[in-house]
Amino acid sequence: MKNHDNHISSDTTNWTVLLVLLILTTISILAIKIHLGAFTVAMALILASIKVTIVLTYFMHLKFENTLLKLMVGGVFLLFAVVIAITFIDYYFR
Amino acid sequence: MTKSITQEPLNYLNHKTGLWSWLTSTDHKRIGLLYLYSITIFFCTAAVLGLLMRIEKMAPGQTIMTAQTYNGMFTIHGIIMVFIVVIPGLAAVFGNIMLPIMIGAKDVAFPKLNLFSWYVFITGAMLGLYSQFANGHSPDTGWTFYVPYSAQASSNVVIALTAAFVLGFASILTGLNFIVTIHRMRAPGMTWFRMPLFPWSLYATAWIQLLATPIVGITLLMVIAERTFHIGFFDPALGGDPVLYQHLFWIYSHPAVYVMILPAMGVVTEIFPTFSQKPVFGYVPIVFSSMAIALVGYFVWGHHMFTSGISYESRWFFSFLTFLVAIPSAIKVFNWLSTMYGGSVDLKPPLLYAISFIFLFTIGGFTGLTLGSLATNIQLHNTDFVVAHFHYIIFGGMGFAFFAGIHYWFPKIYGRMYNFKWANISWGFLFVGFNLLYFPLFIIGIQGMPRRYFDYDPKFQMGESLSTIGAFILITGFIGMITNLIYHSRKGAIAPANPWHGVTLEWQIPSPPPHENFDEIPIITHEPYRFDNPYTK
Repeated sequence: MKNHDNHISSDTTNWTVLLVLLILTTISILAIKIHLGAFTVAMALILASIKVTIVLTYFMHLKFENTLLKLMVGGVFLLFAVVIAITFIDYYFR
Repeated sequence: MTKSITQEPLNYLNHKTGLWSWLTSTDHKRIGLLYLYSITIFFCTAAVLGLLMRIEKMAPGQTIMTAQTYNGMFTIHGIIMVFIVVIPGLAAVFGNIMLPIMIGAKDVAFPKLNLFSWYVFITGAMLGLYSQFANGHSPDTGWTFYVPYSAQASSNVVIALTAAFVLGFASILTGLNFIVTIHRMRAPGMTWFRMPLFPWSLYATAWIQLLATPIVGITLLMVIAERTFHIGFFDPALGGDPVLYQHLFWIYSHPAVYVMILPAMGVVTEIFPTFSQKPVFGYVPIVFSSMAIALVGYFVWGHHMFTSGISYESRWFFSFLTFLVAIPSAIKVFNWLSTMYGGSVDLKPPLLYAISFIFLFTIGGFTGLTLGSLATNIQLHNTDFVVAHFHYIIFGGMGFAFFAGIHYWFPKIYGRMYNFKWANISWGFLFVGFNLLYFPLFIIGIQGMPRRYFDYDPKFQMGESLSTIGAFILITGFIGMITNLIYHSRKGAIAPANPWHGVTLEWQIPSPPPHENFDEIPIITHEPYRFDNPYTK
C-alpha cells in the first residue's frame, strides 16, 4: 500500500497533461480531413491509445503504482491491440 | 417460525429480518441469494418458453403458435437464458456467497458496489422482459441480434439491446469487484497457490467479464445508433459492414462462453476432492489451464463466422486456435478423473451432478471440435446440431455444475440438509430428460434440420418428438429438484458445519455462516486440499 501514500501531482504536471490531451484531441479532429484510406481507423486508434495512456499514467496515477498493476494494465492494452489487429487482418485478406 | 429463528445462533440469515433488510443488505451472502432467487425465477420463465417451443415442434406444421410468435419466443428464451441466467449465474450466485469465505475475507472489496450490481442486473432483466410486452412486436432477431436484420426489424429490438447493454454493466461491476477482492483481501498466508480452485476460476472469469463485456456493450450501442440515427456502422444499406458486427459481437460472446463454463469447472473442482477425500490431482495445471482457457478463449471468436464471408486465412487461424483451446479443457477433465481415481468416492448428489457435468461437457466439447473444423462446419452450420452442441455445453456444463454447486453448498447456505433420495431421483429425471431432449438434435441436425425453424419436414418428426418428450422429463426432474431444495431449506434436518468433510475454509465455519463470516480472520499455513487436517476427521 505504500504506493498510495499521499502522492499528489503538481499543478504544472496536471495542466501540462490537460494541454497535451487537448492538442491530441484537436489533431484527432483534423486528422479526419487527411485521406489516409485504410489507415484512417488505425490513425484514430493510435491517437486514442496515446490519450488513454496519458490519462492512465498521470490522472489515474498508474505511474506511481507497483509493477504488477502496470503489467496488468499493459496486458489489457496488448490484448485489445491483438483483438483489433486480428479483426483488421481479416479485412486485409478478404 | 419466529421461535425457531430466535433459538438459532445469529447468522447472516437471521441477524436482521424483513424484506427491507434484504433489499438494502451489503452482505455478500445475502446478495448472492438475491441473485439466486431472481435468476431462478428468470430460469423458470425461459424454461417455460423453451417447453412451449418444444410443444410447437411436437408435430410438423403449426400446432400451438404462429411462426412470428415462435421467433419471438426463441429470441426472448435466448436473451433470458444467456444474458440473465447463464452468464451471471454461477459467478454472481456462488461467487458472491462463497468467494469471500473461501479466501478468508469478511466481504467483497466493494460491498455497496456489489448491491448496486444486483440492482443494475434487475433493471436490465426487467427491460428484457419489457421488450416482450411493450407496444409493437417482441424482438425476433435471436439473442445474437445479427445485422442487417436487427438494424431494420420493426420489433422492439432497441429495448432488448438496451437490456443486454445494462446487464453487461452488472457483469463488469461484479468482475471488477471479484478481481480486487482476490488481489487485496486474501487471508494472511493465503498465497496465490494456496487459494482454492473455485476462487481461481472466478479470477479468470472476472478478467473476461471486465475486458470483453465493454466491447459488446459498445457494439450494441452502435446498433441502437444505427437504428435511431441511421449511422452506417453495420447495415450495408447505410454503407456499413455486417461482418464487422459479427466480429465485434463474438469478440465478447465467445469469451462469454468461458464466463459461463470457467466457474462451472471451478465448482466441480471443489466437489471432486471433497467426495473422494483426496487432494485435487494437479492443482497447478488446473490453475494454469483456467488462465489458458481465459486467454486463448479470447482469440477463437471467428469460429462462429466460418460461413459469414471472412477470409480463408482467418478461417484456418480461428479453426487452429479452436482446437488449441480444447487442450486446457482436456487437462481439467483428466485431473478431475484422476482426483477420483483411488479416492474414497462417496456418490452423494453433488458428486452425481459433477460426474454428469464431465459426461455432458465432454460430449459438448467433442461436438464443438466438429463445428470448429472448417469442412464439417459448412455442413453443420445453422442446423440443430449447433443447438444440441450449445445446450450440451451451456446446460449440460454450466447448468449441471450449477445443480452440483447448489447441492454441495446448500447445507452451508441454509444450515439445513435436503433429502438425498429425492435429489437422486430428480437427478435421474434431469439426466435422462436432458439427453433425450438434446441428443436427437445432433442426429436431425446432421440430416439437415435447420435451427430456428418452427416447422419442419416430416422426416424429422421422430427426432423432434423424442426431443419434446425429453423436455417434459427434464422439466419433471427440475420441479422435483427445486421442490426438494425449497422445502428442505426450511424444514430439512439441521446441517452440521461440515457435512461432507470438506477442507476448504467455508467448511470450517458454522452453517449458516455468521454475518461477517469469521470472528477472527484465519491464518493460512498450507495448501487448500490437505485431507490430513485433523479438523476434518
